[in-house]
Amino acid sequence: MSDAFVSLAGLTLSYGETVAVPDLDLDIAEGELIALLGPSGCGKTTTMRAIAGLLTPARGRIVIDGEDVTRTPANKRGIGLVFQSYALFPHLSAFENVAFGLRLRKRPEAEIRARAEAGMATVGLTGFEGRRPAEMSGGQQQRLALARSLVMEPKVLLLDEPLSNLDARLRLDMRNELQRVQKDTGITMVFVTHDQSEALALADRIVLMKDGRIEQSGPPAELYAEPATRFAADFMGFENIFGVEGPDLVSETGRLPLGYPTDSPILAWRPDGVAVGAGPHSGRVTASSFAGGHREYVIDCPLGRIKANAPIDTAEVPLGRDIAFDLPQATARPLAA
Amino acid sequence: MSRLATWLILAATLTFLIGPFLIVIFAGLSAGEALAFPPQGLSLKWYAKVFTVESFRASFALSMFLAVFGTLAALLIGIPAAYALNRYDLPGAETIRTIVAAPIIVPGIIVGLALLRYFVVPLNVTITLALFVTHTALVLPYAVRVVSSSLNNLRADMEEAAVILGCTRLQAFTKVVLPNIRGGILAAFILGFVASFNEVPASLFLSGPGVRTLPIDMLSYMEITFDPSVAALSALLAFMSVAIVFLAERLLGFSRYV
Ligand SMILES: Nc1ncnc2c1ncn2[C@@H]1O[C@H](COP(=O)(O)OP(=O)(O)OP(=O)(O)O)[C@@H](O)[C@H]1O
Ligand SMILES: [Mg+2]
Repeated sequence: MSDAFVSLAGLTLSYGETVAVPDLDLDIAEGELIALLGPSGCGKTTTMRAIAGLLTPARGRIVIDGEDVTRTPANKRGIGLVFQSYALFPHLSAFENVAFGLRLRKRPEAEIRARAEAGMATVGLTGFEGRRPAEMSGGQQQRLALARSLVMEPKVLLLDEPLSNLDARLRLDMRNELQRVQKDTGITMVFVTHDQSEALALADRIVLMKDGRIEQSGPPAELYAEPATRFAADFMGFENIFGVEGPDLVSETGRLPLGYPTDSPILAWRPDGVAVGAGPHSGRVTASSFAGGHREYVIDCPLGRIKANAPIDTAEVPLGRDIAFDLPQATARPLAA
Repeated sequence: MSRLATWLILAATLTFLIGPFLIVIFAGLSAGEALAFPPQGLSLKWYAKVFTVESFRASFALSMFLAVFGTLAALLIGIPAAYALNRYDLPGAETIRTIVAAPIIVPGIIVGLALLRYFVVPLNVTITLALFVTHTALVLPYAVRVVSSSLNNLRADMEEAAVILGCTRLQAFTKVVLPNIRGGILAAFILGFVASFNEVPASLFLSGPGVRTLPIDMLSYMEITFDPSVAALSALLAFMSVAIVFLAERLLGFSRYV
């Protein structure tokens, strides 16, 4: 057996006839913060539910902390799960929500009180003990759900799109909060997101999923800089992806001479990687928008649409005019077919 | 003009709704010997007499018993049934829902006749038991429907959260589901209580000598004695119903559930 803390081996998950996740292998180290990233319907929630024990795998094994828990019921696994909808208990006060699991364990009252209060303090909810969930803001409810899971000191904490119901500012706050809690407690965390930037900002490792399979997995910097496939590159913000045929780049609409040799069948550039203002190619500007630190152009050329970011200190090329651009070798990301 | 028409329609509606109630109250206040409206003179003697009629006392106790325990029994069956219909993808769930609703649709007369012919007579069950079974069955649809509608508002992931925190499925039900549908259960109880207490057609078939529900007893009393005490009793019962519903509305916003 490997030294992984959580190990999914050959996991097959299905709903009746539909197989949502076929044959998944994933090892997670102790204390690791994993982001499960992928488009809607790729099986992120399904995988989490299986780890938590809410869904019985059709095949495969789940090992947590050296123990095979594949057949262990959800209430005996010692795992925390924060739901996207929070799933707080509306009939209980915030304090009783946090104390709920401790009461089930029949801990002494003094211990329950101390641990629940400490849990609420961890997420900055001291003073909210008497409130009902309905009387709290979205961000406070989110933190309460987090505290409710944390006080149980779970071996693994699973979070299903914990930030998706929050507005942009709160998201950032909660992002830092999650990271801090993880560093403080050293707890192993898996969180689901379909927001690429959230995964990049938070995770020790990103697991990118597609149709129930792992497309690519690695540290954020690696996935960001070196996506291996067209799908991964697309997800990581490489908006210009073209095939290579002989000396040319090709797309459905046409071709463009590349100008330098390459071995890879596909090349991709981020908008930042496309140079504008000078270069061997030219195309017409069909959209141009100011984006704070840079200007975003959409350029019509024989390959179709090219997205390019230009530094803000260069003169704006008006709509409908031609602009010169380059797809440099230095910023090209070679991809497997 | 249309304003006047609106007022007229409103007044007519109120007359039909509240009129009988007022007539009964005043008929019961009569000082005369026969049931009449307008009352002949005013007195409280018929209201007082109600409490002295032995059969009224017995039938009131029976009706109370049926309304309380028949409704409780219906809830005991109806809550798990509603839960199962709501949470599990049962085969034929739609059919079960229709069957459960049947007692609301099928006339009580038919229910009473069928029960008498194929349940009471062949099995030789006691009248009290027959009435109890019937009232439970008649109240069951209300229990299932009202409890279902409050279960619909309860997200299933709350139970999963409870299970993850260490609950068994049963504990999740008692600690999380039940407290959150308390209002619906109380509403179902009140609705069932009133429906059972006022039930006439089926009980008419099943009532026997000495064992009658209150409404049936009032009917037979009127066949013999045509004094205003029945009006007085009706008024008292109407007050009781109104008071229960009023309290329920004040305490738990009853009308949300019905
Ligand atoms: N209860 C269910 N019954 C049948 N199929 C389901 C069920 N839940 C999910 N699926 C299917 O399983 C697949 C994976 O769903 P899952 O909920 O895991 O996706 P997800 O990655 O969490 O997506 P999202 O980002 O939208 O939450 C989907 O194709 C979905 O249609
Ligand atoms: Mg999901």
